[in-house]
Amino acid sequence: MPTLTLLHDGRVDEISVADLARPTISPEQVESLLGWELKPEGLCQGYMCIPVDQDDLVREDGLDLRVLADALQRPLVTEEKHAVASLGASHHDRAEALDSLDAPDFTLPDLAGNLHSLSDERGKKVLLVAYASW
Amino acid sequence: MINVPTILWFDEEGRIARPNDVAFGSNDFKEMTGIDSELHLERLRAWVRGEGPAMTPEEARAAQTLPTAAEQEARAEFTLAWWLSQRGHAEDAEPHYVRAGELAPHDFTIRRGTMLIRGLDPMGEDFMKIVNEWTEAGNAFYRPIEPVSAS
Repeated sequence: MPTLTLLHDGRVDEISVADLARPTISPEQVESLLGWELKPEGLCQGYMCIPVDQDDLVREDGLDLRVLADALQRPLVTEEKHAVASLGASHHDRAEALDSLDAPDFTLPDLAGNLHSLSDERGKKVLLVAYASW
Repeated sequence: MINVPTILWFDEEGRIARPNDVAFGSNDFKEMTGIDSELHLERLRAWVRGEGPAMTPEEARAAQTLPTAAEQEARAEFTLAWWLSQRGHAEDAEPHYVRAGELAPHDFTIRRGTMLIRGLDPMGEDFMKIVNEWTEAGNAFYRPIEPVSAS
């Protein structure tokens, strides 16, 4: 069975798929990798459930990855030749995170290669400057 | 417009006190950009010293530009293209870089930021072509949250 490399949430995971042109993902992987559980009422995360047409979603070999992405409002782009897919973040989730004004933690190296996380700087005001040398 | 330079202020609890804004650390490029760095630096110093406010949460939210579905799809295309590029599949990456730029023509971190790896010149004609297209359509290349005078 071919393997699909799935790029998502800053991670790289490998999933076995029957058909690279129409990839599926097992319900167990949807839960372990993406944090959603398939229940009769839909795709659920904690108390929240998203209704989904399970006739479209559930196939013999797993859950249709494209239908799943649509249900979660996450963009999915694929490159069949190299068996890789990129599952982006939902714009709703990103907007909600930004609206909270809670900065997501991130870690970046300095010029000496030492890693710095925003969370290391609690108790200090922080100025982040992003620029490019091209 | 998604571009560099961009600055963010975070408070002591890691919350966004001032969202992404266009600001320069010096006036080295003032003549070209029309942006005086001093206004931001004055505000920044005052905030750090506790002599001036950041934004209120309501002001910070209002100043944010929230991502659209097309921007998120552009980022997914970019992620895929970058993964392919890093593995030596430049030809297969190219349509995904192009598509990302089509989905988010205002995202110069993608459009300009990918030029070098695509064999394009981020400081030369290739860059000027997309800048001219952008500005001739009536868009500003640098757009601070508040107007900044270059006087």
